Amino acid sequence: MHNRRKREVKEARTLTKKKFVNYSRWGYFFIAPFFIIYLVFSLFPLITTFYDSFFENYRVGLMQVGPTFVGFANYLKIFESDILKYGLNTVILWILNFIPQITVSLLLAIWFTSYSLNLKGQQFFKTIIYMPNLIMAAAFSMLFFTLFSDGGPINLYLGNAGIIKEPIRFLARVDWTRTLICIMNFMMWFGNTTILLMSGIMGIDVSLFEAARIDGASSLKTFTKVTMPLLLPIFVYVLITSLIGGIQMFDVPQILTNGNGAPDRTSMTLVMFLNKHLASMNFGLAGAVSVLIFFVTVGFSVLVYKTLMKNYDPKRSAK
Amino acid sequence: MKESTTYNPIYGLVAKTVCYIFLIFLSVLCILPFLMLIINSTRMHSEIMKGFSFVPGTSFLDNMIKLLSDDNIPVLRGLLNSVFISCSCAFLTVYFSAMTAYGIHIYSFKLKNFSFNFIMLVMMVPAQVSALGFIRLVINMGMMDTFFPLIIPAVASPIVFFFMLQYMKSILALEIVESARVDGAHEFLTFNSIVLPILQPAIALQAIFSFVQNWNNYFMPALIINSKDNKTIPILIAQLRSADYMKFDLAQVYVLICIAIIPLMIMYLILSRFIIRGVTMGSVKG
Repeated sequence: MHNRRKREVKEARTLTKKKFVNYSRWGYFFIAPFFIIYLVFSLFPLITTFYDSFFENYRVGLMQVGPTFVGFANYLKIFESDILKYGLNTVILWILNFIPQITVSLLLAIWFTSYSLNLKGQQFFKTIIYMPNLIMAAAFSMLFFTLFSDGGPINLYLGNAGIIKEPIRFLARVDWTRTLICIMNFMMWFGNTTILLMSGIMGIDVSLFEAARIDGASSLKTFTKVTMPLLLPIFVYVLITSLIGGIQMFDVPQILTNGNGAPDRTSMTLVMFLNKHLASMNFGLAGAVSVLIFFVTVGFSVLVYKTLMKNYDPKRSAK
Repeated sequence: MKESTTYNPIYGLVAKTVCYIFLIFLSVLCILPFLMLIINSTRMHSEIMKGFSFVPGTSFLDNMIKLLSDDNIPVLRGLLNSVFISCSCAFLTVYFSAMTAYGIHIYSFKLKNFSFNFIMLVMMVPAQVSALGFIRLVINMGMMDTFFPLIIPAVASPIVFFFMLQYMKSILALEIVESARVDGAHEFLTFNSIVLPILQPAIALQAIFSFVQNWNNYFMPALIINSKDNKTIPILIAQLRSADYMKFDLAQVYVLICIAIIPLMIMYLILSRFIIRGVTMGSVKG
């Protein structure tokens, strides 16, 4: 009797195991399209981009130069050109947008989730502040260009109201051009960041805030000692995605300055520089710029992740 | 015991007022450019040049007709191209992301963990860094100036895959699939007719996001598309920007920008609750 049962169990096991094996191969069919397309259209191009960066390969008029293997010459060439300046521009534009963005978003997220404030009309405000995120960056930038052009509505309005005598030449000044780009990026992303941070704060156990309140902690103390440490994973996520997005900054400055990063290439970003080489089919230099952007992206992400997560002990705050 | 200042009613009232003022300020900042856009698109070129006022004009239809009859900017064609590309991308992205997520979630095959980790690893790699290789590939395949290179890569989108996987983990039990198997359903039939309907909310949400993303996409199309008839709306806007701006009828510029953003804004305002709830669903779980 006992033996028979054992045999039955064994049979059942092999049966389920057999069934398991039978079905498992289907997994490959389901993931195949994704992987085939990814390998052909993303991974293979990534590898050839690295490969191309070691070749001199461009076109002057009708004459094709290369491809000839030149080692790291393309990298030297882009460093001799103004790539460091463009990198710095990108960093400046990102920081000038990110600091106000994260400050305002944190503030709004705390206000929206605060029980003692109990703000009304949250859905309305959230709807409004998230809206610019879905707007076409190219169109948004074009809109700002027309609004802030020398004879545009802003200048006309200020002039007619007697606030300014001469029109402000917004797009001929470094500070104004950068400010406009940052305002646009801020508007497009602070709503999104607010909503992400809000969901992070709402995920924190309410009893912790309650305990802090009973212990007489001020709201600043509650923020630094309770909210912030528990919000860290989401904060890191926001920071890294924003950083990667910042390195990729393209549409807004490209359209606003018509691709030349005016005035004097002070708003030219890395990807705009890449786009310039791609559009002129200078494959060698474009490859070198791409590889550089790739490593900058990876490097920054790892760095941010490592430094910010150093103080974060997942075991302690795991739910 | 010292009373916390937070519970002083006057202090609370002041704090609340400050919050509302700041929120209203931010809302006005977000709405004002679009309000100016809409107002200026309803005014004539000469009215726009005179100065800005918050009173809308009456020439929106005239401006629209003038823009549509301009041969240099094929707006209708661009609109059609944009809609076609965005819809195709949205469909491919959600269908194949759901399919990939299903493959990883339901089956346990040898390369399952490797596949998952691979997708997670490449999730953060920006598309721009492989743009060069991509363009050379497209040239070699003879697909420059066609829609294929803009549509086909939509099949593989790691972020949407991750979202679908998270959603499946929370909603799709293996028992549902097994009961379909017992009833003799083919694996793909199970996926198409049983799993996809269950995933409907996630699919709708990601389809919207994917549509918006492709509608707004400028970097890739600008490098792939050359001919006039294949241009999408963002390329037309860029073309307008690089044309001699001063010679242009400003009213038409505003109308074109309106066409690029107002339909999406209306869609967003109708679905805002659903979309905003969805923003947080795919992100990391704190």
